[in-house]
Amino acid sequence: MLLQIHEPGQTPDPHEQDRGIAVGIDLGTTNSVVALAREGKPEVLRDARGEAIVPSLAAYLPGEEDPIVGVMARRVFLDEPEAVVSSVKRLMGRGVEDLKALGGALPYTLAADQPGGMVRLAVGGRVLTPVEVSADILRAMKARAEIATGRRVDRAVITVPAYFDDAARTATRDAARLAGLEVLRLVNEPTAAALAYGLDQGAEGLYAVYDLGGGTFDVSILRLQKGVFQVLATGGDAALGGDDFDHAIADHFLAGRSDIGSAAAQQALATARLAKECLTTQDAGSWWIDVGAERIACALDRPTLEQLIRPLVQRTLEIAQSVIADARLELDEIKGVVLVGGSTRVPLVRRSVEALFGRPPLSDIDPDLVVAMGAALQAEALTVGSDTLLLDVLPLSLGIETMGGLVEKVVERNTPIPVARAQEFTTFQDGQTAMAIHVVQGERETVDGNRSLARFVLSGIPPMVAGAARIAVTFAVDADGLLTVSAREATTGVAAETVVKPSYGLDPDQMAAMLRDSLEHAREDMQRRLLIESRVEAQRVLNALMAALAADRALLSAAEAAVLEAAAAQVTVALGGSDRDRITLAVEDLERASATFAQRRMDAAFNAALSGRRLDAVAETLGAAAPSGIRDPAASPAAPA
Amino acid sequence: MEQLADNRSPPAWEGRATGGGTAASSPCWSCRGPVGDADYAFCSTCGAVQPPLPITHFQRLGLASGFQIPRDQLDAAYFDQARRLHPDRFATRTPRERQFSQAQAVSLNEAYETLKDPLRCALYLLTLAGRSSIAQERTIRDPTLLMEAMEAREALEEATDLAAVEALAARQRADRDSCLASLQQLFDAGDLDGAEAVTLRLTYLAKLGEDIRLRRMRLAMSA
Ligand SMILES: [Zn+2]
Repeated sequence: MLLQIHEPGQTPDPHEQDRGIAVGIDLGTTNSVVALAREGKPEVLRDARGEAIVPSLAAYLPGEEDPIVGVMARRVFLDEPEAVVSSVKRLMGRGVEDLKALGGALPYTLAADQPGGMVRLAVGGRVLTPVEVSADILRAMKARAEIATGRRVDRAVITVPAYFDDAARTATRDAARLAGLEVLRLVNEPTAAALAYGLDQGAEGLYAVYDLGGGTFDVSILRLQKGVFQVLATGGDAALGGDDFDHAIADHFLAGRSDIGSAAAQQALATARLAKECLTTQDAGSWWIDVGAERIACALDRPTLEQLIRPLVQRTLEIAQSVIADARLELDEIKGVVLVGGSTRVPLVRRSVEALFGRPPLSDIDPDLVVAMGAALQAEALTVGSDTLLLDVLPLSLGIETMGGLVEKVVERNTPIPVARAQEFTTFQDGQTAMAIHVVQGERETVDGNRSLARFVLSGIPPMVAGAARIAVTFAVDADGLLTVSAREATTGVAAETVVKPSYGLDPDQMAAMLRDSLEHAREDMQRRLLIESRVEAQRVLNALMAALAADRALLSAAEAAVLEAAAAQVTVALGGSDRDRITLAVEDLERASATFAQRRMDAAFNAALSGRRLDAVAETLGAAAPSGIRDPAASPAAPA
Repeated sequence: MEQLADNRSPPAWEGRATGGGTAASSPCWSCRGPVGDADYAFCSTCGAVQPPLPITHFQRLGLASGFQIPRDQLDAAYFDQARRLHPDRFATRTPRERQFSQAQAVSLNEAYETLKDPLRCALYLLTLAGRSSIAQERTIRDPTLLMEAMEAREALEEATDLAAVEALAARQRADRDSCLASLQQLFDAGDLDGAEAVTLRLTYLAKLGEDIRLRRMRLAMSA
């Protein structure tokens, strides 16, 4: 047998075995977790001691090449707190001004040289971006998964707070690329949690997910129906989380003291976290903090703790209410509330959520692990296939700066993604050939209140009188929630060029340089990826030809068919090996060999249409009549298995 | 003057033909043969996902054209199509397939969002019927409607407690429901002049509804 004939659309890949596996990673502010799903069953991957949680800490010791990540970094922290970076997620896609706005004694030392854009940290004698620190944490997650499974891990679904803006999402994706992971999808944390819950319990109806992590708060309203997870509205605060509880407690411990250095501030925060965790089960406790040679005694009871954090909890409830209003729903329509994130262990949080929704929240799945489990399920769905479908929304409106610092919204928040919207602009000077566009994200009416995402310069606009040019700027948001902008002059069809300057991201050159620097895997990874891509493309060409032959073989003589089949066989043979050039050449030969066949198929269809067999179909398409018989989705040949 | 509809437009490719629906016009990008007309999104021979065709939102969802399609029917059609076209279904496919599936999903979401909202659906039906001017209308010219709008705005400004705002909201809902009912009849009867007038009123009522919602939220926050 020369050829193996597959159903069109199915691509059984004989090399699936040497493809790495795809995992789900919850890259959290305080903790990170990696999980793997097999046949719809997610499993958290643990270390040799059975520990599932990796503290999101990276220690950079002077003179040491490799960073120390996780529990070991916590030990380094006891002796050399200034060598450890914590809560780096809060800095993703952020600038120096944002950092100042976070307030309090910062547990970071900023690099002296801040050339604008993304924050740079001085740690252990080096200067690092948050993207690089996150990449180090992701490398540790990847390594853990490879040890736990004994397989190579090269693809991942990574979760992000639903309320993450475009800059923070892009930074997360860049970090994964630096760590040698192909990002299959960025999935919103509450959506991932809902996926884990919904599949576990077969839930249907309207659900709220209340996700209070270390540094971020999200709330999403979802409709679960026959395997579809449809997000109706989402909201949150990307700078509100359990860390803020710790800050409030630490401030209380250090009240009135102005002599606090960064090391003591770090210690106070660690003590505050300990106190918070103790008070989930105890009513009171006491601890101490060293400030220089002095030892400060700290005592805290639960009523005082709750008084300290109540304003923060209250803020989460207000956000939850406004998200429900955004979904055009009333509180009593919500059938269940899912708690996600370690900070939902705080008794005041649980009581408050229960009081708001009037029902006890669901928390049977460990709130620290549920997001990674959902991400693992989605990783399996994307690579192996699944009946479930996640339909998510844009969390924050996208707009453009207009006259006087005002914002014109182009895509409203809670619009289902992917989405594309065009906005038309014109020139205001005769002969104007370039135009600056400032893209912002957020809900405020003025530019100052929103996040600056990027500045674009459109150039190459054909010179015309003022107001005559019609430049359509299209905002396209993909299923990851990532934005791309393109522009075209409508009267001439000239595509304006966009020069992107991300406000708080790495520009493509910086990213390329970083990828080059991480030599360990870059070259090998790139080769492997290119080989996989050429295989996928070859398989597609082969399937298309097989389908065409099955339909229209009659248009070929036996000799012509034999030539085509021989060329196809060459592709199949090449696919058996690992030589990318050979695969590409065989595909090119096959495409050339089948050109005449393709032409005959088009001619035959054209003649058939002329001879009247298809006149009805033509008439129907030209009119506005509804189509008859959209194919059953289950029977669709293009739905991957 | 009351500000009315916004001027956002659908994506550029919505209006651009990529081959039309006729069997013989444009070959499938993958198998290079006729796409066939059995399906709007996939090649009937090789099954490859195609770039979206410039078909109507109703055709895209496989629904008969009409005003106010029942929500469960619309959702079912949308979910069916999303299951086939969402980029998640193409995560391991070739870059072109991923690109086309994203374009298809964008068009599908646009169709769903348009038909889901009665006002957007009414404006869309009028546009399909060649009456696109109303969508660009940014001010109210009809004196009766203008008077109604000004009175409502005054009443909203004077409403200082939740109960008063609630009463205005109830009236807005009632007015809106009667608009929807008469639009249904007008579209069914093919009375486009009538439908245009009522749609204009519905546009104003939608904006009023939004103002009431904001006002109610502000009052609730300060309470
Ligand atoms: Zn085809």
